[in-house]
Amino acid sequence: MGKQKLILIGNGMAGVRAIEEILKLLPDQFDITVFGKEPYPNYNRIQLSKVLQGDTEISDITINEWEWYEENNIRLYPGETVTTINKKEKFVETDKGRKEEYDYLIIATGSNPFMIPLPGVDKEGVTAFRDIKDCEKMIEYSNKYKRAAVIGGGLLGLEAARGLLNLGMEVDVIHISDYLMERQLDKAAGKLLQKELEAQGMKFLLEKETVEITGKNRVTGLKFKDGGKIPADLVVMAVGIKPNVQLAADNGIEVNRGIVVNDYMETSEANIFAVGECAEHDQMVYGLVAPLYEQGQALAKRICGMNHQGYKGSVLSTQLKVSGVDVFSTGQINETNVTKSIKVFDEWRGTYKKILVEDEKITGAVLFGDTQEGNRLLSLIKQKANIEEYLESESSEDSGESLVASMSDEELICGCNGVTKGTIVEAINAKGLSTVDEVKGATNASRSCGTCKSLVSDLLEHTLGDAFEADQKESICTCTELSRDEVIAEIKEKGLTHTREVMHVLEWKTEEGCSKCKPALNYYLGMVNPTEYEDEKESRFVNERMHANIQNNGTYSVVPRMYGGVTNSDDLRKIADVADKYEVGMIKLTGGQRIDLLGVKKEDLPSVWKDLDMPSGHAYAKSVRTVKTCVGANFCRFGTQDSVGMGIQIEKKFEGLNTPHKVKMGVSACPRNCAEGGVKDVGVIGLDGTWEIHVGGNGGTELRQAELLTKVKTEEEVLEYIGAYLQYYRENAKYLERTSAWVERVGIAHVQEVVEDQFLRNELNERLDEALSVYKEPWNETNNDETVLKDLFEKVHATAISK
Amino acid sequence: MENTLRKVFIGKVDEMPLRLGKTIVIDDKEIAVFKLANGDIRAIQNRCPHKGGVLAEGMVSGEHVFCPMHDWKISIVDGQVQAPDEGCVETYKVEVDQNNVYINLAN
Repeated sequence: MGKQKLILIGNGMAGVRAIEEILKLLPDQFDITVFGKEPYPNYNRIQLSKVLQGDTEISDITINEWEWYEENNIRLYPGETVTTINKKEKFVETDKGRKEEYDYLIIATGSNPFMIPLPGVDKEGVTAFRDIKDCEKMIEYSNKYKRAAVIGGGLLGLEAARGLLNLGMEVDVIHISDYLMERQLDKAAGKLLQKELEAQGMKFLLEKETVEITGKNRVTGLKFKDGGKIPADLVVMAVGIKPNVQLAADNGIEVNRGIVVNDYMETSEANIFAVGECAEHDQMVYGLVAPLYEQGQALAKRICGMNHQGYKGSVLSTQLKVSGVDVFSTGQINETNVTKSIKVFDEWRGTYKKILVEDEKITGAVLFGDTQEGNRLLSLIKQKANIEEYLESESSEDSGESLVASMSDEELICGCNGVTKGTIVEAINAKGLSTVDEVKGATNASRSCGTCKSLVSDLLEHTLGDAFEADQKESICTCTELSRDEVIAEIKEKGLTHTREVMHVLEWKTEEGCSKCKPALNYYLGMVNPTEYEDEKESRFVNERMHANIQNNGTYSVVPRMYGGVTNSDDLRKIADVADKYEVGMIKLTGGQRIDLLGVKKEDLPSVWKDLDMPSGHAYAKSVRTVKTCVGANFCRFGTQDSVGMGIQIEKKFEGLNTPHKVKMGVSACPRNCAEGGVKDVGVIGLDGTWEIHVGGNGGTELRQAELLTKVKTEEEVLEYIGAYLQYYRENAKYLERTSAWVERVGIAHVQEVVEDQFLRNELNERLDEALSVYKEPWNETNNDETVLKDLFEKVHATAISK
Repeated sequence: MENTLRKVFIGKVDEMPLRLGKTIVIDDKEIAVFKLANGDIRAIQNRCPHKGGVLAEGMVSGEHVFCPMHDWKISIVDGQVQAPDEGCVETYKVEVDQNNVYINLAN
């Protein structure tokens, strides 16, 4: 069956977002064509005000690069406008005479800026503030001229005005109402905002109605209804937007203010959808970005024929993106005769808060100066929460400032997976989530690099209020309620010997566990019983099973061992030969002073290792990785100790030791610390007659400076203390807990106490030696095992034999 | 148009590694073949719908495989991506005759 033809009209945030949702569901189902009026790939329109304010560049606000369209086989016609929709024969025509057929059509034509039809509106120097072209025009004018007038004191007008101030222009804001942002703020907040912006240098002309834009060809000023006038070289019209429904209306699709759609974003016509600012759902047209995501999802599910509850409308909130000004509003803004309000006005600090209550429910809020509570109020409104709930949590709240509180819903919490604060908060409320892991499971936030875990935790606390318990018992994964300590105790007590036995005896909720508990159990079993336990290849993550790092295209990288980062001409020659023979994609030096051969095919790995005839560098493993060294006393004029020799000894001793997470080390020969031991799991610094051992440093996701564990005199003692430290870490840390997190958790003083105790230190080293005794160099071992070679590295090329 | 099937021999049952995947190449198709804990042999497209990860190298748990790239969980039986992610991969019919394993491919 051929692919179904899908056409998107409008290459903006809403339409492309909908396409992304569709690709997520059915990546190969549709043949997609996109027409966009602007000559750019999809970019983040909301960030334009930041571009204007100089905080970011136009190139930085692109959401989907050209390559994205290519990779997804999407035909993009930028700078091409669709002029006709033929519903009967299902095709569209463009201004360039192109004709394309469709099975499904999505209209995402967005909005047009509303230009008041004043005399002179077509003069040179009059612009809207809507797209990249407008933005560039304003920047260009700011280079040549001095005076700007912004018509419209709403959200967009103020952001434009702030941008023009940053560009060095004098700015007058002309507004028809008696206070600013009257659609989002009440008068009190509007006046506070005005004061703040005046302090930043903006001038306001309120209750002014512009009647003419003066000048010959080029604008020179504005004339008002009351007879007043001002000079201006640039006029920015920012009085509002109106849904761009022309195309739909011209072609017989039902249009009211926007293109009328149902809960599935379907228009009046079969197989034609509308999404984003051009769509009108339940008599609402949204001019903000947040609803687009929900609308896109509803649309995608429908087109892909999957069940979905449909789009149910959005509760909106507004935040002004002007630096130094915190304004937030949501829901109902102004009092009526049935509302009661809570107002707090602190003239001294310049903060203002108003919460509107109707029938004991919060229906709206306006915040100025301190907007931390904004998102909580928004979620309370969405939940239709009782006002008492808010008041109770308010009185028990401490005054600690929370970063997540001040973030807007559209801000990203998890950059890796593109999860916004709004999505997380919504998932927490809708699904009753209470742990970071549950949030991860439901939204993907913190699943990739994990840097945002603490933000997610704050957000849980922030959203749940008192219901959140920070100190949760952490189960290994969702397959069990048991914690790491409980599982290890059971393994020891019951003498459990393999992962499936653990899962069975300890009544795992899943039959064979998951990608989280399988490798964890495999590690714990090996740690408890190093000589007896048979490592399970199927419970290892791909890199540790294949003894190489998988890359994004399914090839692998190979890092041979170079003790202490020292190499020689023979090894380099071998590496060069291997790189040529196997057509390695890239040769790169790693952060740990090793050589990385990237782009090796899976089936080539064993012979690459054989040809290299060097030990594995374990660059792929949760184990002792590299010992980075400085040049040291043998060559360096500052060196006080033989750091290279020490590093080689350490690396040789601990090579291949399985650990809860990777362990990176460094040895330097003087306090200049060129091997960067301050951010290593173990950082050794040689001083005159002394070695310092620092531990728990991290230079990666959670930057942490290593702490001094101890000072010793001899090289033997260095090995002894590192041994005790590593074994204690192996026995006590959670799987995938770096030493930095572990030291932070248990405290350096506690670790010191243990390793300084001669008796404990000896015992730890004995158990460590036992663990090390079973180590076999994996590359060589693999090459000597026909079964493993066949099971793991073979790629079978099969051909048809019959029928 | 009538669908015809092509039957392709891909290996022996007792030579398939248990709880692991194997990469099979047929023409320009890469297929991941798994022998599950219960002995069933299953075949799916060797390409995660997320970013194209090779599923044959994923960790197998019961009837699911976890993509080695970003840990998407995918059913080996029906090809469905599990929540919170969404999507699916192609599945292929496996035929076992004595000790021989075949994949039936639609033409």
